Amino acid sequence: MGHSGNRRKFLATTAQSIGLTALGGLLWSGYTDAVKASPPVLRPPGALEEESFLKACVKCGLCAEACRNRESNIDKETGRPRKSTLKMAKGGDHRLIGTPYFVPRDVPCYMCEDIPCTAACPSGALDLARLSEKKGEPDINEARMGLAVVHKESCIAFWGLQCDACYRACPLLDEALTLEYQKNDRTGKHAFLLPVVHSDVCTGCGLCEKACVTEKAAIFVLPRVYSTGKAGDHYVKGWDEKDQLRVGNRKTEEIETHDARSAQTPTDYLNKEIEY
Amino acid sequence: MKKVKYLLLRRMVQIGLLVLYFGANAYGWHILEGTFGSSKILGTIPLADPYMTVQIFAAGFVVASDVLIGAVIVVLFYMIVGGRAFCSWVCPVNLVTDAANWLRRRLDLDKEEVNYRFLKRSARYWILALGIVVSAVTGIAAFEAISPITIMQRGIVFGFGAGIAVLVAIFLFDLFGVKNGWCGHLCPLGAAYSLIGKPSLIRVKHDHEACTNCMECKKVCPENHVLWMVHKESRAVTDGECTNCGRCIDVCGDNALKFGIRGYIDKQ
Repeated sequence: MGHSGNRRKFLATTAQSIGLTALGGLLWSGYTDAVKASPPVLRPPGALEEESFLKACVKCGLCAEACRNRESNIDKETGRPRKSTLKMAKGGDHRLIGTPYFVPRDVPCYMCEDIPCTAACPSGALDLARLSEKKGEPDINEARMGLAVVHKESCIAFWGLQCDACYRACPLLDEALTLEYQKNDRTGKHAFLLPVVHSDVCTGCGLCEKACVTEKAAIFVLPRVYSTGKAGDHYVKGWDEKDQLRVGNRKTEEIETHDARSAQTPTDYLNKEIEY
Repeated sequence: MKKVKYLLLRRMVQIGLLVLYFGANAYGWHILEGTFGSSKILGTIPLADPYMTVQIFAAGFVVASDVLIGAVIVVLFYMIVGGRAFCSWVCPVNLVTDAANWLRRRLDLDKEEVNYRFLKRSARYWILALGIVVSAVTGIAAFEAISPITIMQRGIVFGFGAGIAVLVAIFLFDLFGVKNGWCGHLCPLGAAYSLIGKPSLIRVKHDHEACTNCMECKKVCPENHVLWMVHKESRAVTDGECTNCGRCIDVCGDNALKFGIRGYIDKQ
């Protein structure tokens, strides 16, 4: 009796442990999966793509400390550091807790040439190699923290008022942000000076967003996932020799798209009102 | 003085470390920077949390060498020297749970204790393994998303926010719920350090000849099953779950407990 009782007890407690662990695992996985989702968030320069970044970040804060205590952030009058660009996500910030991020309207990235934040990362979540692809050595201008987007309706330059605050604030003036001159037909004698962002150069530092004079910034930085589109590989720029190379010497039949309409001539399907 | 010698030493080390971490951010000191996830001593020697490093591997990322080397240094230190000393000499949550435990004794709550049979001390090892599985399933370090240890430390260095809630929860759980509930039953980092620190050299030694069986040591010990040899035989406390906090040594009125080196104390 004692023997089989012991075995029964052992089996029961083992089953209990496994069951409770499974229960915990379900709850824990649900929570962990949910905290990965966050509103659009801007990461420090050299950060991996968001999904890999969330895996790799050890939440140590060395980047935020380097950002805060860099020489250029020390107020010369008080000798104390100013508010730093990088914040560490706290409970209630709705970002994965302990990860660094910045809010440009609050404090933008000042684009330090020595990139202390990226250099401080011990885990590889911020990677200097990602900032060294063109020049072979780290260059802050290779950062792609996000991309500035202009909301035309609230940007007063589009109303015809002369404002070039964002343009002048841009550290890559006339490269990342240019002014386009257009005639103002409403008055007939004035010009529009319209801000245009160039996504191949914009780093997403947010100095434009910080400088914007409207109540809620009319130019603002979004992570590139949110602020860029993708034409797709099936579009080839026929006028671009480099892009044309993707097609190579392949024959038209090899690269043609074939679908339900292909068997017919345009006159067929246009006249028959085929639904597609 | 003897009654609080190690307690005071421990608090000085715990708070001293937090001051250094705080100063690294607030004043730009380079003595001890970062947080427990990963730190730098004097701007050169890396340290990293070994359990976190394993979780990141499970999530599918190979960390850079600084974190790897840092984790190895930490593992070697506790394995050879400190035992599970992280929990009692370094971890800031220890301040919270010790406070809860102190108040619990004051309020005599242990006399009314409900028998929480579903929560065993072995639960932490299940949670330790579970954290690795959940990291692999969800693709991020799972315990780091909820760890009250780093939430508290980052709170002190960078500001708390709503993260303070998790510490209040642990305080309430340890006070009104399970005795030593967090550190002694649930915390997977403590479980990791129990496993890592098991072979360490620094050990508490019990002297059966001097013991008068007052049981004060068992009253204050947060893992009192490790003191099974008290008033039974003279030997070292070799269980990995002993945190080397030294509270038992403080409260012992008979000099029957003291710190020593493994091997050396066994031969005596």
